[in-house]
Amino acid sequence: MAPAKPEFQWTRRHLLGLEELSKDEIVHILDLAQGFKQISTRSIKKAPALRGKVVVLLFFEPSTRTSMSFSLAAQRLSADVLEFHSESSSIRKGETLVDTARNIEAMGVDIFILRHPATGAPQLLSRSVNASVVNAGDGEHEHPTQGLLDLYTMREAKGRIEGLKVAIVGDIAHSRVARSNLWALTKLGAEVTFVGPPTQLPAGLAECGAKLAWDLDAVLPEMDVVNLLRIQAERQGKNSFPTIREYSRLFGMNAERLARCKKDVLVMHPGPINRGVEITSEVADGPNSAILQQVANGVAIRMAVMYLVAGARGK
Amino acid sequence: MPEILSAKEISAAIDRMADQLAAGCPAGQPVAIVGIRTRGVALAERLKTRLEKRLGREIPLGWLDITLYRDDLHELSASPVVRQTKLDFDPTDLCIILVDDVLFTGRTVRAALNALYDYGRPKAVRLAVLIDRGHRELPIAADVAGLRVETARNQIVDVLLAETDHEDRVVLRD
Repeated sequence: MAPAKPEFQWTRRHLLGLEELSKDEIVHILDLAQGFKQISTRSIKKAPALRGKVVVLLFFEPSTRTSMSFSLAAQRLSADVLEFHSESSSIRKGETLVDTARNIEAMGVDIFILRHPATGAPQLLSRSVNASVVNAGDGEHEHPTQGLLDLYTMREAKGRIEGLKVAIVGDIAHSRVARSNLWALTKLGAEVTFVGPPTQLPAGLAECGAKLAWDLDAVLPEMDVVNLLRIQAERQGKNSFPTIREYSRLFGMNAERLARCKKDVLVMHPGPINRGVEITSEVADGPNSAILQQVANGVAIRMAVMYLVAGARGK
Repeated sequence: MPEILSAKEISAAIDRMADQLAAGCPAGQPVAIVGIRTRGVALAERLKTRLEKRLGREIPLGWLDITLYRDDLHELSASPVVRQTKLDFDPTDLCIILVDDVLFTGRTVRAALNALYDYGRPKAVRLAVLIDRGHRELPIAADVAGLRVETARNQIVDVLLAETDHEDRVVLRD
């Protein structure tokens, strides 16, 4: 059964970020995830594609949803999963990370899923081990699987990415989610507007292809998608705006603002949500919210990503 | 390139397959057809139309992508594309007619059986193929075949179907 046309060949052993991916590679992952999504809906939610492979979650930052999502995705593909969680801030030196990983790798590991507070940690790790490395969030740099699941959710709801107007709202300066979204969305032809307080909107981002806006209400009516970033309460005191209340008044999504949006606007949030801060309960639980679809789609995206990197013998 | 089936012969072969499948289906036994992607799906659609006429009832149709169940995934140089499976019904307690274009080593059918069982436990599974070309590597046999043909192991059987290839034709090439 020879295929009619040559099929796209995925060659990357690692997924470190979306900035380095081509449009074709991103579309390939999104298309593939469709096939994986339906595994989660059937009676036996498991396929044997990664049977006998070992996936290690290396988490140097707290995470519930992302680590559970990766863990479930790996198990749905029949891989064995080990988890290493270190909330310790003393493990920040590259040597320690590499040593930790090499020791674990010696037990026979195929894929590392790495979350780390330092930008570039996944790149460092990918040069130091033979296993594949998937970035699950590095510092303020990238969170590629979050970007991919956001695009997948948008494409599923809107039928396309090209031409969509997407507002990303919040602390843009410190957000890896914003960056991964930007790279992928602009490659696929969407128009990205970053919205936030001036102190959180680095001007340099305009050079990366995004529009910048300080006034959410001015841009809302034309948006197809509004992606709200989480206000990082753990940064309290380090935040560059006066109070949470003021942030909420200027940039929070509520019923009144939703009424000024397009009727079918898609409201997204990478979670966990701070109810009443970035978004009111009414909107978060309302018909325009895609928050739970994002979570469900995340598992399919991570299955697709692990399947691809595990199979690649390329670079 | 010797043609082993023309468009007309393909149509006649599918008619015969439908006859045999209809004869093998006891009255009242719920039946469903499941095609193996890609060309098994087009064949399954054609069989469904004919079988519905013969049995006088509607027969559900689904299709399987078996990529994740292949036994050679770890040996390939890149992960092959995974496409969607569509099974809108629970196969448990149904007689499933599994359809593919060519039966060769039997490995695809093994993968399809494993995939099918992750959706439920059928009452029975029957295998219908357009071409049985021999060279089995597993203990698997077709219940119904449009044509059984002797081939050399290194030859290639190309099943071309209008739905995917703009024409109906089966050729054997070296």
